Amino acid sequence: MALIEVVGLQQKYGEREILKDINLSISKGEVFALIGPTGAGKTTLLRLLDLLDIPTTGKIYFNGTDVAHSGKARLEARRKMAFVLQKPVVFNMSVYDNIICGLKWRQMKSDSCQHKVKDILEMVDLTTYKNRNARTLSGGEAQRVAIARAIVTEPEVLLLDEPTANLDPASALKIEELIVHIINLHNTTLIMSTHDMSQGQRLAHRIGVLINGKVLHAGSPREVFNSPRTREVAAFIGAENIISGVIKTKDGDIVTVETANKMIEAVSSYAVGEAVYTCIRPEEITISLVKPSSSARNSFNGKITRVITTGSLSRVEVDCGFSLTALITKRSAEELNLATDKEVYLTFKATGVHLIKKS
Amino acid sequence: MNEIWQGFLKAVELIISLDPEVMEIAGRSLRISVTSALLASTICIPLGSTIHFYNFRGKRILINLIQTFFSVPTVCIGLFVFVIFSRAGPLGELNILFTPTAMVIGQMILITPVLLGLTISALSGVDKAISDTARSLGASNLQTMLAIIREARYAMMATVIMGFGRAISEVGCALMVGGNIRGFTRIITTAISLETSKGELELSIALGIILLTLALIINTILNRIQQR
Repeated sequence: MALIEVVGLQQKYGEREILKDINLSISKGEVFALIGPTGAGKTTLLRLLDLLDIPTTGKIYFNGTDVAHSGKARLEARRKMAFVLQKPVVFNMSVYDNIICGLKWRQMKSDSCQHKVKDILEMVDLTTYKNRNARTLSGGEAQRVAIARAIVTEPEVLLLDEPTANLDPASALKIEELIVHIINLHNTTLIMSTHDMSQGQRLAHRIGVLINGKVLHAGSPREVFNSPRTREVAAFIGAENIISGVIKTKDGDIVTVETANKMIEAVSSYAVGEAVYTCIRPEEITISLVKPSSSARNSFNGKITRVITTGSLSRVEVDCGFSLTALITKRSAEELNLATDKEVYLTFKATGVHLIKKS
Repeated sequence: MNEIWQGFLKAVELIISLDPEVMEIAGRSLRISVTSALLASTICIPLGSTIHFYNFRGKRILINLIQTFFSVPTVCIGLFVFVIFSRAGPLGELNILFTPTAMVIGQMILITPVLLGLTISALSGVDKAISDTARSLGASNLQTMLAIIREARYAMMATVIMGFGRAISEVGCALMVGGNIRGFTRIITTAISLETSKGELELSIALGIILLTLALIINTILNRIQQR
């Protein structure tokens, strides 16, 4: 049985529909990351999951009980969860008092509270700050207080809203290490929102892509990033080379997609006549100066329109009837002496092409 | 200018010599104002919090009315309390007119709108995220309210200071319901009024300085508590 199950969840503010028909199931001990652009509804969904707000329609099951609307059940369920808001809010009191308040609200015994707070302070490396007013801490430290305050209650579910947003890289790394530590220590179910996709990939067992109030794709990071289900998801996760076309032929698993003026071969189960988008990851494309004699089924020649080098990688944009972008090492680009207007061949395998059926 | 200087010297003399009558008047002023401020705070802080935390029809109108009463003249309150507690009034049987009790009641009524209004304002100033954070950490509705009140504690303390200041400095109400009876209901403000009408400016100025000194001491103590 899922620990949290969301069925047909909708949230409206006035006429504005923030969340549309959300259906999700999260198992105990799972790390689930919600990714999506700003304003997609990630925070609204987390607030509903933490039972801070009441949904317009839909059900939220916690351990099999619908807790979306019942007052008493909501408080009981909320006490099994903890939510760290995007902007870390600390109470105007000492770090120690901030961390202990969740335990006091649960009427826990004083001795037990003190031990727990002491252990958590050590875990988040804030023991020396315990008597300091939490309002005087830096952003990263305040975020650690907020996380410590949440995990000291040993929640079954920890919800984190953009836990590393607005933090410098060093503080963000510390927070991420802390999250990994919490996951490993208590087998806590973690639901986090982030617009840092690499963070989602690093931490999550499953990712849900929330765009315009809808979960368009939920699956393992590999599945979401390698085989996005919709064009919107593909665009959001940074898939480039999205080309519109129609499947013209099919031979076993190999299909031929007719684009504006070229044929692209791909591996797919879609039928002939299906309108699709082809997505080709830039790192799947190789560049050569002469027509290659490899087994790759797709090879196009064209002129380079732009070369952008960042760090050790070069992004090469080529016009071969449609625009294609390849990602190669800076060293390769230098060896091939790639520059604007130079004629090159772009090659990629049929397995390197992902097809998305047009809705 | 000379009168102010003389008044200042007289104040120092009265304080140093611990003039029995002045000490008695000052003590009574303090007792009455502190009592009225504490009693009114005990009623107004929970009541103001209730108004803030609960939504009901006419809430905005009620808050507007409360704010309007910030500037009610003290003599109007005096007149109201006089009518209520006069022999022919609805509570005349209590026989408390021209007693310190009536003065405390008058001052409580006078500072109630200020305390209510500023309590609501203090709580409105607390970031909404505090309420969300408390609830997300498992606080019940009551625990969330208490967390918000605790966050607003400094503004609340300023509210009490403001109420005390208005109580100790008013004269109209104290004069009307206390009667300025020597040794019984005479307080600093009513004494200043009387001495000025008699032409005793030096004594009036001296009493004014003592009143300000008392207010300063009380505010300093409350500020110290606030800063803890």
